[in-house]
Amino acid sequence: MDNHILEVSNLHVSFKTRNGEVPAVRGVNFSLKKGETLAIVGESGSGKSVTAKSIMQLLPKQNTIIPEGEIRYEGKDLLKFSKKEIQSIRGSDISMVFQDPMTSLNPTMKIGKQIMEGLSRHMNLTKKQARERAKEMLELVGIPNAEARLDAYPHQFSGGMRQRVVIAIALACNPKVLIADEPTTALDVTIQAQILRLMRGLQEKMDTAIILITHDLGVVANMADRVAVMYAGEVVEQGTLDEIFYRPQHPYTLGLLRSMPNLDAPRTEPLIPIPGSPPDPATLGTGCPFAARCPYTMKVCHDHNPDYTAVSGTQAVRCWLQDERTPDEHVPEVIRKGRQTSEIAADQAAIDAAGGVPV
Amino acid sequence: MTTIQPNDGDYKNLRSQDRPAEPSADLFVPQPLDATAREELAAPAPTFWKEAMERLFKNKGAVVSLVLLIILGAMALIGPSMNEFTYREQHIPHSNLPPKVAGLEWLGFDGKDVNGVDQYAQRGVETNYWFGTDEFGRDLWTRVWKGTQISLFIALVAAFLDLVIGVIYGGISAYYGGRIDNVMQRIIEILTGIPNLIVIILFILILEPGIRSIILAMIITGWVGMARVVRGQMLQLKGQEFVLASRTLGASDSRLMRKHLLPNVMGPIIVTVMFTIPTAIFFEAFLSFIGLGLQAPLASLGVLIEDGYDAIRSFPYKLLIPAVVISLVMICFNLLADGLRDALDPKMRK
Amino acid sequence: MKRYLIQRFAYAVITLFIIVTATFLLMQLLPGTPYSNAEKLTESQRAILDAKYGLDKPVAIQYLTYIGNLIQGDLGYSFQYQGRTVMSMIGDRIGPSALIGLQGLVFGTIIGLVLGIISALRHNTAVDYVSVTIAVLGMSIPSFVFAALLQYYIGVKLGWLPVALWENYQSTILPSLALSVTVIATVARFIRSEMLEVLGQDYVTTARAKGLNESGVIWKHVIRNALIPVVTMLGPLAVSIMTGTLVIEKIFGVPGLGEQFTLSILVLDYSVIMGITLLYSALFIFVVFVVDVLYGLLDPRIDLKGGSKA
Repeated sequence: MDNHILEVSNLHVSFKTRNGEVPAVRGVNFSLKKGETLAIVGESGSGKSVTAKSIMQLLPKQNTIIPEGEIRYEGKDLLKFSKKEIQSIRGSDISMVFQDPMTSLNPTMKIGKQIMEGLSRHMNLTKKQARERAKEMLELVGIPNAEARLDAYPHQFSGGMRQRVVIAIALACNPKVLIADEPTTALDVTIQAQILRLMRGLQEKMDTAIILITHDLGVVANMADRVAVMYAGEVVEQGTLDEIFYRPQHPYTLGLLRSMPNLDAPRTEPLIPIPGSPPDPATLGTGCPFAARCPYTMKVCHDHNPDYTAVSGTQAVRCWLQDERTPDEHVPEVIRKGRQTSEIAADQAAIDAAGGVPV
Repeated sequence: MTTIQPNDGDYKNLRSQDRPAEPSADLFVPQPLDATAREELAAPAPTFWKEAMERLFKNKGAVVSLVLLIILGAMALIGPSMNEFTYREQHIPHSNLPPKVAGLEWLGFDGKDVNGVDQYAQRGVETNYWFGTDEFGRDLWTRVWKGTQISLFIALVAAFLDLVIGVIYGGISAYYGGRIDNVMQRIIEILTGIPNLIVIILFILILEPGIRSIILAMIITGWVGMARVVRGQMLQLKGQEFVLASRTLGASDSRLMRKHLLPNVMGPIIVTVMFTIPTAIFFEAFLSFIGLGLQAPLASLGVLIEDGYDAIRSFPYKLLIPAVVISLVMICFNLLADGLRDALDPKMRK
Repeated sequence: MKRYLIQRFAYAVITLFIIVTATFLLMQLLPGTPYSNAEKLTESQRAILDAKYGLDKPVAIQYLTYIGNLIQGDLGYSFQYQGRTVMSMIGDRIGPSALIGLQGLVFGTIIGLVLGIISALRHNTAVDYVSVTIAVLGMSIPSFVFAALLQYYIGVKLGWLPVALWENYQSTILPSLALSVTVIATVARFIRSEMLEVLGQDYVTTARAKGLNESGVIWKHVIRNALIPVVTMLGPLAVSIMTGTLVIEKIFGVPGLGEQFTLSILVLDYSVIMGITLLYSALFIFVVFVVDVLYGLLDPRIDLKGGSKA
């Protein structure tokens, strides 16, 4: 438990709209260990960005309600923090990288000043020291001629370079947690790889834990240690990278993987899209939110939302297919097979952990 | 399942607190959502215009303004013929009578002048003048509505002509692009550098004063704004695929403009027209106020305000009534235009 | 920067030249003669006068003389007041106009900014609705209607401030106030929508995510960025002030350019009308030029070399 730096439990977030309260996040649970990368994946509107912003409490106050849940950072519930306390956490302990580097920098402020702002706020540096540190940060994120670039404006940088600056701002105060909200979505593919490599390198150097929010499974495969899959404001499945990619247990995860092109797959294997579109959060009933699009829907799914089932020590899934009462022949083979390998792997892990030799 | 305890991911707190009642075993049978429910999930989005109208009608200010404008417009049409007086008929014995309406005395329509003397009783006038009379004994009710009619007419015609010229100019400029566009834009740039009020005043000076010259003077510079809007919109749309597709299919230039480009620029055009109208009403009133407006006995709201201003100390009603009417018209047009802009194009907010 | 300045300056000069030419041509077209007592003049008297004012020469020569005089600041003689140059009349009257114009502009801009900024920060609250209502009223009610009402209620009925005398500082208050109404409304509406737009920008979230306190975010990131485009409003505001002086000086009896202009219109004193017209146009062109330059300096995104947005 001690090595969990951030724990989110039963987080609910709703927005006040003209048509009443609309739930965007409905009971999300996950935890983050020091230095690890947790990827949160899901379609747009699945609540992944809202979850991220609620950790930093960056959602607009007037129309956001967080009726229940806890966000514990180093054991303390951030939701109970005062405005001042939150401000001292933001940027110094937890910081954030946003999706679009073209819009996330102030167009009329020099780059150096934008980096220094956080530094002088959190680290008690003199102006000179802050400038020195800002220069170091620019060098660290790979911007050549850093000294001169401190006095440049954002529009003088390319998209990739701007995202490097955003990362420099985020990491300037050595945060323990970095939340990256789709950090590469707005970039060219070649630049994407550079930025991801940069983030991974910096993570090793600074031992930062990363929450990586994305809809790109390729990015996930590159970066993540563990993965949480979100759908309609819920985490429907989470596990290690291998578990999610090779032994998915939720039909939605399965659908996501099948709709992703894979170079290794035979060319005859078609991409299978998930039919339909995500549900409108305003009209969600009591059932499983994926029931309408799921190929394995049962009667129970329409009115009852399943709870988590632990598949292994590290993998958990919310799906009725995991229930013992589900007839075996209805559980698709991929899922059944995955579960078995999962059990074997878990057995193996237990034996390894016990230091025993397999009989 | 194995009996191994979770050792890594901490799932103790994963259980939702509000777990619903445990479902019974007989529910575990396949049952996909039926087709109609699926279709419901994918209902088509409402059309642009329908949605825009819905947004407009949710805007209380815009709806109230629209209703008020309809009423004011109707009064401008029928008001002058609601009693037996005409706007030019002078009746000196009845000059400078304050407004009097039976039943509305508590609102100030009591026929008393600034000294509290009931002029009707004192002069033995039998007929009630609802908005009072001017110094020639002309009925102000008739004159105010006639004036509203003329002001609205001038504004609407000027806005319409601005629209026609602006659409043609902006359309040609954007459609042909290149050197033509460049030259046409330079012209616009220089025209916007000239304060239009100055141009209007100069033109009125050399033209015969009257409705026609006021309209003409206003459109000389007025169309520039519209041309800019149309050009901007057209350029934005020009690059889009459906235009290219239509062109590939051999559509002629004029057909392309009529069928594809114009419908798509309608929103911003409507909004611009709606903002032109109050500006035109203002200019007309302004010109009349500085003595360049319509000639007696014709009345516009500006002329009435000018006359009323001259007599403000003794007969404040002469100023107040046309002032209220012109302000109402301007407020309503501005609010309606605001509402239309928000409804038609939220991006145009500036 | 240099190229940008030169380009803007060239536009200003071309525009001014066109206005000057148009004014000259309109003078030629104007009905009547430039002499106040034309009907009494004999042929020979007229010829002498024509020769004196250079009206016997071909139009092209007259035009060149006119331009030459203009460059030397000579706007000709008033038709109404014998022997007075238009320039000296303008000199006498520019002071009061400038005073009330500047007062109205400064006061209106400050109040408008405060109103609009508060309105945006308290978006969709009662404060917002009140200031939006004020802005709509200020935009809609013509300034001369407002001025007449101010004069009647505050000057005549309440007697707080002088009605239409130009003797002390108090006399400037009502006209300045009347001029500022349109400015308040325009500025408040503009800055409000700018603020709302900036508040929704990602970089504001970035600033918050850095841990800046709310007032730091608002001052350094939101208001700064929202204020820059307000500079572009200077042009329209200058026009509204100039338009306003024409009527408001008439209402409050301010001995300024506007009052002279309306007087000259009544007696058709063309040379004065033209002189004031040229002055106002030049002023407007100057403001537009200043705005272009200022905006280029304030917004780093403006590419000063080409003069277009990056």
